[in-house]
Amino acid sequence: MSLINAVFTPWIGAGIALLIGFFASYLSALSWADLTYVLPATAFGNVIVALFARFWLHETISWQRWAGIVLITVGVGFVTQGPSLTERPSDKADPSDAQTGAQAHEAAEGRAR
Amino acid sequence: MTPPHPGAWAAGGMIAAVVLTSTAGEVLTAAAMKSVGDLDEIRARSGMKGAIRAVVTCPLFFAGVFFLSLSFFSLLFALNHLSLSFAAPASASLTLITNAIAGKIFLHENVDRRRWISAGLVCVGVYLLAH
Repeated sequence: MSLINAVFTPWIGAGIALLIGFFASYLSALSWADLTYVLPATAFGNVIVALFARFWLHETISWQRWAGIVLITVGVGFVTQGPSLTERPSDKADPSDAQTGAQAHEAAEGRAR
Repeated sequence: MTPPHPGAWAAGGMIAAVVLTSTAGEVLTAAAMKSVGDLDEIRARSGMKGAIRAVVTCPLFFAGVFFLSLSFFSLLFALNHLSLSFAAPASASLTLITNAIAGKIFLHENVDRRRWISAGLVCVGVYLLAH
């Protein structure tokens, strides 16, 4: 019973709703981009958490953590410069599909930027 | 209170369990979403309900969620026995590397030098940040 009460506590409820939103966005990203592209890119969330902790909760951030923030930011910037989806030979197998395949790929690229 | 220190083998086993189940979950979920297809297009065609139906009727998706939840509970188990500042960053950063390997082997993704470097950078970054 206390578990059900906990779910309806505003902060817990908001947290659960946001986590569901995260998972839905994550699945949506995985549907048009590679796992090895999505996973490093979502690691940027760690940086946002650290910056919230610094500027909203006024926690102190050690130089190791600042170094971690820099490394993640560089890594994410690096991976997003590349293609978001592996080109499949099957995408090009059917000439009538080649056009739509290329368009879909460009659309995915556009969203990645 | 500091948790009791298990041996190096036990600690490694716990971290390995988290990393392996998490990698299996991520790869299965990614394979499921690839088999479903672009969710934005499905949503444009058959609405939000159609997109949700496309995901929840995919058996691979539930296999992925099963392993992801297994990884969550094995992380909780590991946190019971290891210190937070070791277990959380170690498993989070190792998962990035194992996923790059698994993505290349099982999903046949084109993991080029750019992706290896960024996986390595983010791996070290997550470790430093979560430590």
